[in-house]
Amino acid sequence: MSEFTGIRGTVWFRALTGQASPMPGDPKSVLTSDAPIGKEQARFLCVVPDPHGRFPCARHGEVGLEEAYTLAARVREVIDESKNTNKRPIVAIVDAKSQAYGRREETAAIFLAAAAAADAYGSARLAGHPVITLVVGQALSGGFLMHGYQANRILAFDDDGVMIHAMHKAAAARITLRSVEELEKLAKTIVPMSYDIRDYAKLGLLYKLLHVENPEKPSAEDIRNVQNELIGAIADARSGPVDLRNRLESKGAQEMRKASLLVRSKLEAQWQETR
Amino acid sequence: MTDKNSAADFIHRQSFIELDARERATALFDAGTSRELLGPFDRVESPWLAMQGVTPQEDDGCVVMKGRIAGHPAVVVALEGAFQGGSTGEVSGEKMTAALDLAYADSKKGTPTSAVILLETGGVRLQEANLGLAAIAELMGSILLLRKYAPVICLSAGTVGCFGGMSLALGLASYVIMTREARLGLNGPKVIEQENGIDEFDSSDHALVWAIDGGEQRFATGLIDALVEDDTPQVVDAIRRFVGNGVPAVHRSTQVELFRSRIKALDTSRQWDPKELRTLWTAKSATEGKQ
Amino acid sequence: MEQIELTYPAKRAVPKRAHVGVVGSGDMEVLLEPAKGTSAQVSIRTSVNGFGASWKAVLDRFFTKYDGAARIQINDAGGTPGIAQLRLEQAVEASEQ
Repeated sequence: MSEFTGIRGTVWFRALTGQASPMPGDPKSVLTSDAPIGKEQARFLCVVPDPHGRFPCARHGEVGLEEAYTLAARVREVIDESKNTNKRPIVAIVDAKSQAYGRREETAAIFLAAAAAADAYGSARLAGHPVITLVVGQALSGGFLMHGYQANRILAFDDDGVMIHAMHKAAAARITLRSVEELEKLAKTIVPMSYDIRDYAKLGLLYKLLHVENPEKPSAEDIRNVQNELIGAIADARSGPVDLRNRLESKGAQEMRKASLLVRSKLEAQWQETR
Repeated sequence: MTDKNSAADFIHRQSFIELDARERATALFDAGTSRELLGPFDRVESPWLAMQGVTPQEDDGCVVMKGRIAGHPAVVVALEGAFQGGSTGEVSGEKMTAALDLAYADSKKGTPTSAVILLETGGVRLQEANLGLAAIAELMGSILLLRKYAPVICLSAGTVGCFGGMSLALGLASYVIMTREARLGLNGPKVIEQENGIDEFDSSDHALVWAIDGGEQRFATGLIDALVEDDTPQVVDAIRRFVGNGVPAVHRSTQVELFRSRIKALDTSRQWDPKELRTLWTAKSATEGKQ
Repeated sequence: MEQIELTYPAKRAVPKRAHVGVVGSGDMEVLLEPAKGTSAQVSIRTSVNGFGASWKAVLDRFFTKYDGAARIQINDAGGTPGIAQLRLEQAVEASEQ
């Protein structure tokens, strides 16, 4: 599994929108662009490293205070301008190291910033905007909760450089009082603990796993294929409900989330019983 | 909120913190109106723990109860902080989400049903990693749905507090209540110290931890809606009040421009004394229709 | 992870089921339910291996005083014999209320 480099976000943002810039006044760590996808104009967003960022703990691709509120603002812009018109798609390109770990961040309530970003994406989805997440690199923990995990459909590259997880291996090993080797051994037999994106795909949360020849230097064909998949995901999102129930209705969920399904059906049965 | 600190008052307090999750949930309801759903005897436990040598708990550390609070239909979901640090696994996460979805369904049919979430949690249960994280994302989606129809109230009383991904769920709530003993943050002090060093955060400095994450600081900076003593009647009163308030006009997590401008105004060249934010941040904040 | 099964004779019915405790570090939860027949079944699931004799001693002692036809399940995370005894007594008390 490769180290986080923070390159893939910029590479794919440029590939899909033709540029890689923040909007005027925004921090350099958040790229936002309105660009065509199929016959529509989608808003693309991505968090990238900014070594000169104002917050020392958010300079290497972490999603921090500024990133979270900027994402929230740029997503809400789309909701507000579309109140009576066509609900255009929103595409989150994800390759983020994690959330920002810092004293300034906790003092200034990063938990709320993160909630605000997730709120914006989730509210856009509930308002009818197809929200699509494309994981091109790392999607971890709080960073993914606030940028990506509220999407209607999630796509990821089938590649060793892609990782979706709750915590980096080293930190997870430390906290659960195991060695990294022990953790890796466990992760091989316990699918939800695995760091392999192909195991993540078994959980039924992904819309599609995409094969891309060269994720770090995509060819024109790579880009075209990804665009077509995004178009397909947008249409699929529009064809279903705006909530997240598709995650539990998938084939993967039937196989790997049996306990979740049992909880849901038993709780519903007991809820309806007369008091 | 009482100002009295006399010894007599202290002795007569009924500690809420000393209650386990089941006792806390029960205490919130109007007498005789509550029943537990998917309790221990239903034996829906984690499918992932025993295989790792961790003893499961039959309710997976999440208590779901339905009943009435101040006469209004309500569901309470209480996390047991003593089991795996209250962390979210597949089953405990789904219990929370499904409970809120059922409250939402009732609300849409004309019976607004509030949700009260008691959070003693460190976030995702690492033994279930991606299913815990996914569960939190789905819970957040369900909070966004329910809070349009009925209030979603979060309470963290301690001793675990509310950290990790669950702090985002709390951030979406209609109303948040804490005690002084409780702490709230995205990343715990130990994790910050591990990631960015002891100068960034000395996790053994308890005064610093509470100065940043403690209930009093969060209340004084307008980030939560009520600060209560560790006294069961006071906790119950606050919950009843917020259930009665109904859906607030504005949810804190939608006030993007307000908080964005506050972040812009911060001098990031230095660390701050958390108290500095108390005056800066209590101008126009919080949601309407409170206290 | 160890699973220990024990059986004891019983003389009377159990009035109602009871649950006590939390599977916290150094603690356990006990589920006590009425069972049919004239014996009591105890299932212990513990994350601390190698204490079978200790568990048997605690349960043997408990059943010198308790004669309900119960199904008892214990989920343990390292509780001492003292804690086990306490939780069992609490479960019985809750069951007889």
